[in-house]
Amino acid sequence: MQWETVIGLEIHAQLATKSKIFSGAPTAYGAAPNTQACAVDLGLPGVLPVLNAEVVVMGVRFGAAIGAIPQGRSVFARKNYFYPDLPKGYQISQYELPIVGKGSVEIVLDDGTTKRVGVTRAHLEEDAGKSLHEDFHGLTGIDLNRAGTPLLEIVSEPDMRSAREAVAYARKIHQIVRYIGICDGNMQEGSFRVDANVSIRPPGGELGTRAELKNINSFRFLERAINFEVERQVDILEAGGSVVQETRLYDADRDETRAMRSKEEANDYRYFPDPDLLPVELDAKFVADVVAGLPELPDDRRQRFSSVFSLNAEDAALLTSSRELADYYEAVVGVSGDARLAANWVMGDLAGALNRDGLEITDAPVAPAQLGGMLKRISDGTLSGKLAKQVFDAMWSGAGSADEVILSRGLTQITDIDAIARQVDEVLAANQSQVAAFREADDKKRAKMLGFFVGQVMKATAGKADPKQVNRLLREKL
Amino acid sequence: MSLEKSQVEKIAHLARLRVNDEELEQVAGDLSSILDLVEQMNAVDTRGVIPMAHPLDMVQRLRSDRVTEEDQRDLFQSIAPATEKGLYLVPRVVE
Repeated sequence: MQWETVIGLEIHAQLATKSKIFSGAPTAYGAAPNTQACAVDLGLPGVLPVLNAEVVVMGVRFGAAIGAIPQGRSVFARKNYFYPDLPKGYQISQYELPIVGKGSVEIVLDDGTTKRVGVTRAHLEEDAGKSLHEDFHGLTGIDLNRAGTPLLEIVSEPDMRSAREAVAYARKIHQIVRYIGICDGNMQEGSFRVDANVSIRPPGGELGTRAELKNINSFRFLERAINFEVERQVDILEAGGSVVQETRLYDADRDETRAMRSKEEANDYRYFPDPDLLPVELDAKFVADVVAGLPELPDDRRQRFSSVFSLNAEDAALLTSSRELADYYEAVVGVSGDARLAANWVMGDLAGALNRDGLEITDAPVAPAQLGGMLKRISDGTLSGKLAKQVFDAMWSGAGSADEVILSRGLTQITDIDAIARQVDEVLAANQSQVAAFREADDKKRAKMLGFFVGQVMKATAGKADPKQVNRLLREKL
Repeated sequence: MSLEKSQVEKIAHLARLRVNDEELEQVAGDLSSILDLVEQMNAVDTRGVIPMAHPLDMVQRLRSDRVTEEDQRDLFQSIAPATEKGLYLVPRVVE
């Protein structure tokens, strides 16, 4: 039987503020337990939450980036449930009036076509603490450093029809929140968490019962978790059973999902407006200022790269995958003036070296101005491709600008014909037996043997001779 | 609208409130009369009225994104029943 998969995602993006959403405690990752949890975060009696202005700005930025209609008024609500890492017994969230209303993003599918995925809403809320279940003689340890960290929960429409589409959507949201500077996107540290609601149905039929998948901390696991879950549901339905609505945890080690808790009770959150917080009202000017301050968005930048720099779709997408990479590339083009050559080097040697050394583009030892300067020396014929690689390696090791490396190491390509000719003569004189063999060989063998002489001349010139000229001279002299 | 005792039990459980059997009947009655009042208010035509989120007719003031709190872990943990390695210890919760 044919089944259609229906997926909606809930993404929690941790907002990149210095302080918490309702208190002045720091949000830095990795601090010693409970050293960043103040009285407000601990829910001690008598404290009052005060909203962080930056959180509001970031929410509005996101709304503008996905074309959502600005919400002039939003209200905080209490979501009530009991768990030890939630000291107040409720999480401050938004319910009926979130800060971001309906919007959408465009994703590119595997076949190159595009699809629009709806974003139902995005709301502000505080994160809970962390429970550590191991190693406390039968007790659970609670670290409340994360409690009160600002989150933007981004809820999609159930518009995705495959794990690949879900990954494309999640990557798009990831790209957007990083571009607009509201989230660092670090999935390992939990700054960007994805929950997937997965159900199956006969194509075009009524929505089936969904399972909510949690504990997914990479895009690869997102795809695998969804695929596993779809298979599981198909097996259940085809065996005549029915899917239970529940939360399931993805176990990456075993590549499976496991039931966590029944949702019936857990879902009864009894939301109501939080009396400690007043409604947030944003005037048109505030929203307009935030929109005006938005950077160029990834889709726009990709299109501009395609048209202005004549890049193909894949290269433009790759070079705009992060704002930092796109900035780097544009800076290189700005110096070198050759967009194609810059693309080749940024996606080739630079990406390779970053990958080799486990570095991010922002940590690249070669600055855009250095790389651009080197590409100029390729364009003007000073450097061959081979010499350029040497210069690049030297710059990578901290040897300064391309021109400094060329000067200090004498790496200029030798274009003086006479100088090359002298080297050719010397090589021929030193290898007379090979010369004799060459002269007796047929054309086929000669082509191979020529390589030997070219290699010798290049060696003698430390790779600085123009290989084309060396070839021509050798053929003449032999 | 009247609440069943079982509904009261469920609400009490969600709120982690202990309500014993003798109290159940009375609480069910009290809650039911509150709901009756709500029902009465529900009859009022509120089209065009913005739902009230807060009795104060004011908007939220914002604070700037600055770290103003210092680490006071030792002070806070001095009133905690059990701590270890900087963590608060609670009865085991297993998912």
